[in-house]
Order: sequence, then C-alpha cells, then structure tokens
Amino acid sequence: MQFSDSIFATRFQTTRGDLENYLGEALSQGGDYADLYFEYLLTSSISIDESMVKSAAQGVSVGVGVRVISGERTGYAYSDDLSPEKIRKAARVAACIAAGPSKVDKFDLNEGVRHNLYPVLTAPTETAFTDRVDLVKRADRAARAYDSRIFQVQAVYADNLRHVMVATSDGVLTTDRQPLARMSVYALARQGSGMPQRGQAGGGGRVELDFFLNQKTPEHFAREAAREAVMMLDAVNAPAGEMTVVLGPGWPGILLHEAVGHGLEADFNRKGVSAFSGRIGQKVASELCTVIDDGTINSRRGSLNVDDEGHATQRNVLIEKGILRGYLQDKLSSTLLNSASTGSGRRESYAHIPMPRMTNTFMLAGESDPADIIRSVPKGIYCVNFGGGQVDITSGNFVFSASESYLIEDGKVTRPVRNATLIGNGPEALKYVSMVGNDLRLDEGVGVCGKEGQSVPVGVGIPTIKIDRMTVGGTA
Amino acid sequence: MSQNHLLELAVEVVKRAQDAGAADAECTIAEGDEFSANVRMRELENLKEAGSRAAGLRILIGRKTGSSYTSDLSPEGIAHLVKSAVELADITTDDPHADLPEPGELGSIAGDLQLYSADIEGLETGLKVETAKRAEAAALAADARITNSEGASFDTHVGRHIFANSRGFAGEYRSSYCGLSTVPVAREGDSMERDYWESSARRFAGLESPEAVGRKAAARALRRLNAVKVDTRKVPVIFEPRTARSLLDNLFEAVHGMMIYRHESFLAGKLGEKVAGDGVTVIDDGTIPGLFGSSPFDDEGVPSRRTMVIERGVLNNYLLNSYAARKLGMKTTGNASRGLTGNAGIGHGNFYLENGVQTPEQMMAGIADGFYVTELIGMGVNIVTGDYSRGAAGIWIRNGELAFAVSEVTIAGKLQEMLLDLEAANDLEFRNSIASPTLKVGEMTVGGK
Repeated sequence: MQFSDSIFATRFQTTRGDLENYLGEALSQGGDYADLYFEYLLTSSISIDESMVKSAAQGVSVGVGVRVISGERTGYAYSDDLSPEKIRKAARVAACIAAGPSKVDKFDLNEGVRHNLYPVLTAPTETAFTDRVDLVKRADRAARAYDSRIFQVQAVYADNLRHVMVATSDGVLTTDRQPLARMSVYALARQGSGMPQRGQAGGGGRVELDFFLNQKTPEHFAREAAREAVMMLDAVNAPAGEMTVVLGPGWPGILLHEAVGHGLEADFNRKGVSAFSGRIGQKVASELCTVIDDGTINSRRGSLNVDDEGHATQRNVLIEKGILRGYLQDKLSSTLLNSASTGSGRRESYAHIPMPRMTNTFMLAGESDPADIIRSVPKGIYCVNFGGGQVDITSGNFVFSASESYLIEDGKVTRPVRNATLIGNGPEALKYVSMVGNDLRLDEGVGVCGKEGQSVPVGVGIPTIKIDRMTVGGTA
Repeated sequence: MSQNHLLELAVEVVKRAQDAGAADAECTIAEGDEFSANVRMRELENLKEAGSRAAGLRILIGRKTGSSYTSDLSPEGIAHLVKSAVELADITTDDPHADLPEPGELGSIAGDLQLYSADIEGLETGLKVETAKRAEAAALAADARITNSEGASFDTHVGRHIFANSRGFAGEYRSSYCGLSTVPVAREGDSMERDYWESSARRFAGLESPEAVGRKAAARALRRLNAVKVDTRKVPVIFEPRTARSLLDNLFEAVHGMMIYRHESFLAGKLGEKVAGDGVTVIDDGTIPGLFGSSPFDDEGVPSRRTMVIERGVLNNYLLNSYAARKLGMKTTGNASRGLTGNAGIGHGNFYLENGVQTPEQMMAGIADGFYVTELIGMGVNIVTGDYSRGAAGIWIRNGELAFAVSEVTIAGKLQEMLLDLEAANDLEFRNSIASPTLKVGEMTVGGK
C-alpha cells in the first residue's frame, strides 16, 4: 500500500507536507531524530458462555504518537485527534525533551520496499458479523459434543484491523494494514461430584476468515480444549525438584521467549541490566540450540511487514549452535550501540513509546526422533502445553507454567500431572539441552507478550527437546 | 471541554440509543491526562505527556446485548457508536439474565471520597523529574554494591469517569494518582539482582520521600545478592506484605461472582463454610476515603460498599455485579467493573485481609527452617482446582531469623489447604487496592535442587 492510498491520506486528508511540517515542529527545539506513528484501529469480539452469545462488541480508535530523541533522551506525546492543530501541539510537547539546535536540517520522506506477509484482501474485521458469530457457536457445540463430562464451555473470537503509518526524520515513510484474528476456547470437565478441571486451546494469525473455516476450525480448537480438560480429570500431583524435562513441540517454545528472548532485548543490554549483558560470542546453550527471532513468517501472529518504527522486520539469529550472536534492536538502542536495526521496535499503540521486542521466537529443528527422546528418559516429566511465563531479566531466573504434562517412567509417557511451574536460569538452562527433535512446530497463534505495561502479539515455536536438569514446582 | 458537557453527552448517548431501538442503554465516558518522567543513572531519559478520552456504549434490545466504543466524540463518531452497538444485538442470544440493575439499586455515595487532589495537576515538570532523580540517587548512594540502575520514574494520572444509564442514573467522579518508583541493580561478583520500591498516592503530599523510596529499593536489591537454590522440601512459608498481596489477588478471583456461577472456582458452593484459618478475615471496601480501591459508584451505577467476604475463616459473601447476582439469586455487591464497554465484569474495591495480633518477627520466631518470600513470578495458579505453583525468591529462615538469600525455586501447594493453614501478622498497610499484612502458611513444598 502506498501512502496516497492509505486511510490517513484518503480519509484524514493527511499530506506529505503535513507530515514534514509535524516532524519540523517536533524538532523545533533540537534533537537528533523524530517520528510520527499514526494508528487507526478497528476491533471486534464475540463471546459465547453457557451456549448463549452473551457479548458482542466493536470499536474504533484513532491517534498519533510523536517522538523526539535527543541523545539518550526521549520525549513523547500523543493525540487521539488527528486535526493538524492537535498533532502540532503533541509535537511541541514531545519537543520539550531537546534543547539546542537540531542535528536534522531537512528530511525527504521516501517510501521504501517492504514485505507483503499478510496479503489479506478482506480482513476478518471487515466481514459480516453473522459469519463470525457462527465460529463461537460451532466451538461451543463441538466442545460439548466431545465428552459428556464437559459441563461448561466459553469461546471467544476476537479480531482487529490496524492501519498504521510511520514517518521519520530519517526519511522513512511507510504504511501498513495489519489484520489479526484469534479464537480461544475454554472447557470445564467434571467427573461425578469431583473437582472440575479446565482445558483451553486457541489460535489464529494475520489471516482471512477462511483460516477458521478451512484450516483451523472452531471444532479443532474446541476438541483440543475439551480433550485437555477431560484428560486432566485423571491427573496426579506433579513432582517437585530437579529432574529431566521433555518439552513437546510448538507452544512450549515459550521457554525460549522467557529464558533467552527478553534477556536479549537491546534496551536491557545497553543498560547492562540483563543476565545476558556483555555475553555476545559466549556459550549460553548447548551446541544443539540455534534460536531465531523472525518477524517475516507469512501470516503469523508475531509477524509484521514493518516494525512500529517503520523498519522492515527480519530474521535475526539470537543463538547459533549455543553461541550468543545478537540482541534485538530498536531505533534508540541501535543508534546508541552503533549497530544495525533488527526491525524489532514495537509498541502497543500510538500512546506508547516503542522498545525492542520479540516477534516469532523459535529453535531450529535438530535430528532426533521425538519418540527416541521420550524413550531415553528413565524418569522425568513431559510438558506439552503451557499457560504463561515470566522472567526476571537481571538474575536471569524465569518460569513457565505447564497446563498439560505427563510423567515419563522408564521411557514411556504415563500419567497426566497437575499444573506445575518450571523454573530455570536463562544463561544456564539451555546448556542442559541434550536432544533436539526433528519436529519443529510453531504455536497456533495465541501469544501475548507483556513488557513494561505494553502488550504485543507474538509467536513461539520449538521442536521436541530434552533438558537434562530443570526444577519442577510440584508437591509430590 | 467542561465536565458538564461530558455528563450531558453520556445522557445524550443513552437517549440516542433508545431512539435507535434500544430498550436500555449504559454509557461510559473516560477522560484522562497522563504524565511520566523516567530518569536513569542521574539523567533524564523519557518524558511523556498526553490526554485522551473515549466513550463506550452497551445496549439491550429485549434480552440481547450489543456493545461499542469510540475515541471519536464528534457527532458523526457518536452516531457510529450508537449504530455499532445496536446492530450487534442482532447476533447475540436472548439471555434471560441480561439486564441492568434495578432503579432502586442505583446511586452514589454521598460526601467526598478524596479521590482527587488538584495539587497533582499543578506540579511543575522540573519538580517531577527532580523527585525521580532524588529517588534513584538515594538508591545509588545506599551501598557500593548498587552499581547500576534501571532508573526511576514519576508518573501522574488525572482522570474523569462518567456513567449514565437508561434507568435514570447519571454520575461522574474525578480521580488523581501519582507514583514514584525506582529499580536499582546490585552486583557482587557474578551475582546481579534488581528489586524495586514504589510509593503512590492520590495527592503529591501523600508520597513517601524520594530518599525513603530509593533506600528501600536498594535494601531490597542488596538482600537478594548471592542467592542460592535450596534442596526440595516442605517447610513453613511466610509471605511479606508485597507477595501476600498476590495471595489476595488469587482469593479475589476465587470469590469473583462470574467464576462462581460457572463453577470455575474452588470456592463455588462453599458459602457459609469454613474455608480459611480462624484468624482470617477478608473485607472488600470501596468506601474508604483516599484509597485506590474506592469509588462513589461501580461501573453499573450501584453505590460502592463494604462487604465481609471471609469472617474469621467462614466464607460469607461473593463479590457480585448485577448479572452474577441474578445468576446466583443474590443481590449485587456493587462490584461491577468494566473498561469502556461490554457487559460488566467484576472488580474489587479495597480488598484486604485484616491484621492478626502477632508481629512479623513473632510469627517467624518459632520457625527452625522456613522460607520468607519476597518475590513471586509466573502465573501458576489454577482457581478451578486451587493448584498453586509459582516461581519464588526470598530469604531462608533459620532458627527464627532471616539467614540467607534464596532464588530459582518454586513454592507449591493447594489454595484450599493454604487458606485453612493461614495466619496473619499485624502490619497491614494500604499501599494499593489490594492489601495484606505478612502472612504465614504452615507448610508448602519448596522446589529447588
């Protein structure tokens, strides 16, 4: 999409001259750099509970954020009104961070080439509500039909369509149209008068509605949620202490997101507050581990044609055969560290300052047969699904919480175990990876990453891996 | 825009929705100004300042609902808001319990809840930056091992909340907030640890001094240095007030009316039963002046109130909005909560656990081996089953005293058993809308080596 075709030009009548004018205002007090982030966001969501579509909502928000960078300082202001006088006022507020003559004397806005990773003609947000409401009804029916012990089902379908435009004093002018859709199903199962158990599943991406009709259907997610709930009815207490942990493929890649991903974000490293600070070139994982952050995978939830600072996303190698290779950079950190941008500057909305973030983070496949990995474990735990995770980037300690896992006894997967948190230390944990499967899988598309109060959609992926030593937080 | 204008606008939106075919309507408008200053290593790092406002609408046509929101409050934006909500009623289902509170249930607490202080809007940028700098400087000066910092921040928010519905309610209140925090990094040999301290208040004068904030943050980071991983074992666990608060978060979820009617909480069906230790009394009170959990009315226009949730160990009440109340055959407790739009969810006022009689030191005195938890990470709490398993860091208790730092461990148990085994110390302080004194759980599994 060209600037002239973007909603900001056609509907809000913003011109190139306006953009240059706003950037000029932003740099009127000095400063090294300024940028504008325009956002027009349409959202909708539909949810079913107790087989009734109890809620449907849609909304629209619009705004622009103005940023001025002067050395290590950032000034930021935003407006939820795109009138020129309001944007100029925001630019003047952001400008207050700087003092002295600007180092930027002219800017010539140019539209560069960028990816086309989600060529969605009609975004789900633009389809008829009657088509979308069927998704949650189908999920409800399928989860209940899965097993008579399923007694509660909730399903939520949500999508949004984000139009963005970034203009920078470096001369970048870029627009993007970012569709995103997700479906989530929660099921509760109960055996007689026993304790209920919950199962959940979901997925989506930057896709057309057809994705939910022909690829990952509501029935797929519903059965998965119901299966997990029913399976958990037989769960025994999780073990406690250090043991061998095998992670199944896909969403358990959240390990990488927590154990290494956050710790490699350049802002923390620039400040020397990450457990990974100053460790480029050092061994931080077993040589079986190569970890990538790639924002360029078609249709993925974590993918972007351009990051939220207008740079094309790319495939970044974080760890190569166990050696730490690089950090995830945004504009500010890459300037201060004098290194190239990695297309990792992201923000939640126009009201937020960008920072280095992950996109889709995964480990490359290895050579082991997943069945051999399980067979090699005399006693351990096999985790196939997780809730969330968290990391303390300074100590490097991270956790992720297993929602579906099993005991491994004598090389066989045996009983399901109750929810347990796994804990490890980022620069150490992956050194104990002794087998990597040939079955790399990316997650289904549900991830939300939070950092300093900002949430952004992300993806993860991993093949089956064996970690010889990790602490499992059970009670048995 | 004047305050009356927005209140009138909310009433107007409700009327327009009714004109467009809605039997009932609820409109929320929120307006706010935010400011934040970040400093790091004694230099200003970020300044952010902006204002925004938006409106949300929920309508009922029969027992079907539709919801919408917009940041565009122009006449065209409002027309679109109404049309968006009304058209969605076509795709939702008749829900016999969908409704608004009864007119008799609506209202607002009289008198000044002291939620707003004009002094915050008048603060000079220079003073705000200086306050953050002083907090960070105090942390950096506290000890030679404080070698680095993630900075300090001073934030303010001043807002106005407006709500009107088709049953005759129209009300608004202003609120203000300011917060000061700093995150020093301590280092000794290969050990690097960070921690934080924060102080927040409705008025500037209510903040702790920047020096106190900095010193406390530094002391917290320092005491985490050279932490070890302990052997896996079952011991008594003491939660300092900050981590004890997270147990109250879990408890709030467990008495949340929506979780109750769906049987999604381990406390569903337990009203009137003993669910916690004899010394445990938990109250939700949205009427305490000046606190962050207080408000004159909830997000359905029902007056906030004081609800005894657990009284000396016995579960007395769930926290309800009008929908959960209708589902359960009860009365709303004035705990409706929502963003701008959608069906109301449930929130808490000031949700706290009352003081016990022991000091934290007395509580610790009899413990030969135990774990004093100062940080919890991760989301390993399942409210359906009560399974509790979280990452933890803290200090090992040996012979009744804090002995050495511990990290990279888990603590695990079942919330049902933890509550019955819970004792409270006498150091309750209202720092946030959830508050707790130091708590002790008789036995949990610490997962380590």
